[in-house]
Amino acid sequence: MSNTDKNEILNKMQERVNLIFKNSDCSAILDKALTMKQDDIIKSVTDSGLRGRGGAGFPTGLKWKGAAAASGNIKYIICNADEGEPGTFKDRRILEEEADKVITGMAICAYAVGVSEGYIYLRGEYNFMKDKLQGECDKWNDKFKSKKLNFTVNVRSGAGAYVCGEETALIESMEGRRGEPRNKPPFPVGAGYMNEPTVVNNVETLAYVATIIDKGADYFKSIGTKDSMGGKVFSVSGDCAVKGIYELPLGMTMQEFVDLFGDGDTKAVQVGGASGTCVPRKNFATTVIGFEGVPTGGSMMLFNSKRSMFNALRNYLEFFEEESCGQCTPCRVGCQQLLKGIEAIRSGERPVSYIEELRKLAVTMSVASKCGLGQSVASPFNSITEHFREEICY
Amino acid sequence: MDNVTLTINDIKVTVEKGATILDAAKKVGVRIPTLCHHEDLCVAGNCRVCVVEQKGARALQASCAVPAAEGMQIYTNTKKVREARKTIIELLLSEHAGECTSCYRSGNCELQAIAQEYLADGDAFIDVADMTEIDISSPAIVKDDSKCIKCTRCVRTCAELQGVSALWAINKGNHTKISTFMSKPMHYVVCTNCGQCINRCPTGALTERNYIQDVWSAIDDPEVHVVVQTAPAVRVGLGEALGMEPGRVVTGKMAAALRKLGFDSVLDTDFSADLTIMEEGTELLVRLKEALAEKKNVALPMMTSCSPGWIKFIEHQYPELLDNLSTCKSPQQMFGALAKTYYAKKKGVDPSKMISVSIMPCTAKKFEAARPEMNSSGFQDVDYVLTTRELGHMIRQAGIDFENLQDEKFDTIMGESTGAAVIFGATGGVMEAALRTAYEIVTGREVPFANLNIEPVRGMDGIKSAAVKIEKVKPEWSFLEGAELKVAIAHGLVNADKLMKEIEAGKSPYHFIEIMACPGGCIGGGGQPIPTSPEIRKKRAEAIYVADSELPIRKSHENPEIQMIYKDFLHEPLGHHSHELLHTHYTPRRNVK
Repeated sequence: MSNTDKNEILNKMQERVNLIFKNSDCSAILDKALTMKQDDIIKSVTDSGLRGRGGAGFPTGLKWKGAAAASGNIKYIICNADEGEPGTFKDRRILEEEADKVITGMAICAYAVGVSEGYIYLRGEYNFMKDKLQGECDKWNDKFKSKKLNFTVNVRSGAGAYVCGEETALIESMEGRRGEPRNKPPFPVGAGYMNEPTVVNNVETLAYVATIIDKGADYFKSIGTKDSMGGKVFSVSGDCAVKGIYELPLGMTMQEFVDLFGDGDTKAVQVGGASGTCVPRKNFATTVIGFEGVPTGGSMMLFNSKRSMFNALRNYLEFFEEESCGQCTPCRVGCQQLLKGIEAIRSGERPVSYIEELRKLAVTMSVASKCGLGQSVASPFNSITEHFREEICY
Repeated sequence: MDNVTLTINDIKVTVEKGATILDAAKKVGVRIPTLCHHEDLCVAGNCRVCVVEQKGARALQASCAVPAAEGMQIYTNTKKVREARKTIIELLLSEHAGECTSCYRSGNCELQAIAQEYLADGDAFIDVADMTEIDISSPAIVKDDSKCIKCTRCVRTCAELQGVSALWAINKGNHTKISTFMSKPMHYVVCTNCGQCINRCPTGALTERNYIQDVWSAIDDPEVHVVVQTAPAVRVGLGEALGMEPGRVVTGKMAAALRKLGFDSVLDTDFSADLTIMEEGTELLVRLKEALAEKKNVALPMMTSCSPGWIKFIEHQYPELLDNLSTCKSPQQMFGALAKTYYAKKKGVDPSKMISVSIMPCTAKKFEAARPEMNSSGFQDVDYVLTTRELGHMIRQAGIDFENLQDEKFDTIMGESTGAAVIFGATGGVMEAALRTAYEIVTGREVPFANLNIEPVRGMDGIKSAAVKIEKVKPEWSFLEGAELKVAIAHGLVNADKLMKEIEAGKSPYHFIEIMACPGGCIGGGGQPIPTSPEIRKKRAEAIYVADSELPIRKSHENPEIQMIYKDFLHEPLGHHSHELLHTHYTPRRNVK
């Protein structure tokens, strides 16, 4: 495929979705929502098949329904803008360019669920945009007043811990405590921020909510597949012909993806960032990018044959060893052991067979850790050690 | 209350809504191992050794943290569960510097026990223990990070039970550790030395500074006369340290064992507890007289000063209320000052060749004995403080068959005591003892409670209060006629804090407040045998009240040895000698958390 052909296909695919970065009249979208019945909005979001775009993929409509049914003195919505997954940088652009859509999504949630206070939890590293974003919030807060919507939205700054992207750790951090995930249940929709019902949605999810109200659930559903409806904003990086941020339909095969973005020598794609799954070349044709295959928060890291997967894995594990909140045993100690383990195998201090112990450990971490952080370390570890064993143990 | 029904290993069980899976399992006799869970503390769900399998769920559930839900099907002994638990224990062992043969907690270590149960391999994973230098800066508490498994029981104890938060989790990931403010040494921070963290530490990461070897050396030295005193709560705790069930009163066996260990004089802190009542009760009456009759500006409510953890707490947190503290030394320090003066003189022992040892249910007593002002005898008044646990160790080392010892009595002059002194060991006991004496001094009659048992001040409520109407007083106390003496009792510093806030706000209705740093009072002290739980503390307290009721004399002022010391040596409460030997002052401290 020539580069021109590639570009043409890519442009067509982007044109097919083109929801997030397209100019929209958000004020009109909100007005439209405010004429709808609350239940109809939740139904529409449910029907659209929208699932959380942060990576976990929880059905958004179901989350809202839970929060709407929950009783509390006040309800909150938090926009999770703690985009910390290595290789993910799409929320940053959405907030820089399409904050209107995100805030509109929050306001739609506020109206539908009965929320009166909203916060954008902005990762510490994105503080450069904090003032601008707060300015947007102030502008919208005035609009909410004029539209008689009892809702305000403000920006809160994170302090730089990866784990604070986990919704309950995020809430702990917002309440001024150590960013440590809570025991669940209770889930935030029942008892979240300040122990009140709280919806936590990713930046992209909320932006999509605005487009769903704008264009209708059916339009959204028509993109993607049965299990993975709608578009998705991808952060493409690594050994690529083209890299950057692209909004594409879910449900492509990895082969299609690599044909478009790869440099012709792609041996593996790490899908979903450091905590995601590594897909080797031999599985490209059979792997679907979406909830039925490899789900992703958006990060797509391409590795060509010059890259050492040992180095990639070690890099991820160094990250997890440091970014584990340190609270629960499987994650705190497990991450250290996985890292030290592959290094010990390499140096000969432990036998090659030790890799099997480490793979079992990773499985234990995936079922026994307290939160998604520790539970997901097995994804990169076991996929890389399965498909690139010869690069890890020799 | 709503109920939920679930199954544990296919056994149907109904529990109250809000109960955890662990609670439900307990109810049907299924034991699930735990480490970070503790009955006294909030749920953490950190260590994950209590994981169980829930039918239909991908991940395992931490049974201590997950509420039981209707229709849940829980399995506690599947392959998946067993393997996960073993791996988790092995991970904990990898960050724990074992040293089981030399560890003070060996044999009483929860990690060791659970590792043995699962036949976990200490070398399964690579050693990642935190080898930070052991913190021995405090005379009371030793902190060894290499043994810490980050269960946060100590953190929760310090915050929830004591309201101190000297210990907290710092850093994250592989650098996570339990530390102090700015990682300062233990002696520098707001730690009260109460030792409650030690009682709840599952491993040897937090232990008391032990002085066993020093005490053996003193005993071994023929030139030295070693005096030992034993606090009220030790006699209802020591049995546990030697394999007996909680709630046994072992006063006589303890006296016998101390003699067998080689102590030259075996005496009783209960004696000086009675003395404390004489001094403190008089002090209260003087303060009331100054306030009510002479209209002087006197610090009221007066607060007890027996608990050194409490003293350090107020010195840090409420230095402006130090005038409210009784100036009485604690019974340990009264005893220490008298041992090297009164007792030495009576027995013809050279006080410079005397070593004074005390056996305490307490770790803060080690700090108290080391306070620079505690030398009114001309020497350090108390040389070594051992916890109940340390004494248990020495008795085991000496090969004494403790359970089968014949009861013996304490030596005389400073060995006689009353029921009033014994109950010092339980929360409310000092108050009860003080009321028994003060009421009688003022009215000439016994306190108006059946069998002298002042029930309103007993029990395990965090804060208790009572009012005693004073009527038909003796002529010299006429200013108290018709007055209602209002008293309060708090145990656990988080409860003390509430009473202090009340005083600060000018809303405290009380005349006299008893405070004990530890939950349950001294019977739940930081030097008592491990484990501790509400149930165990209740049994120890019951034993204390049994011991009281069985003693022939139950009022401090009727103790013949107390009458003798006032006749021969002190002359009168708050007199010149008392002032020199039995009273003290306090030190405002910085509040660094």
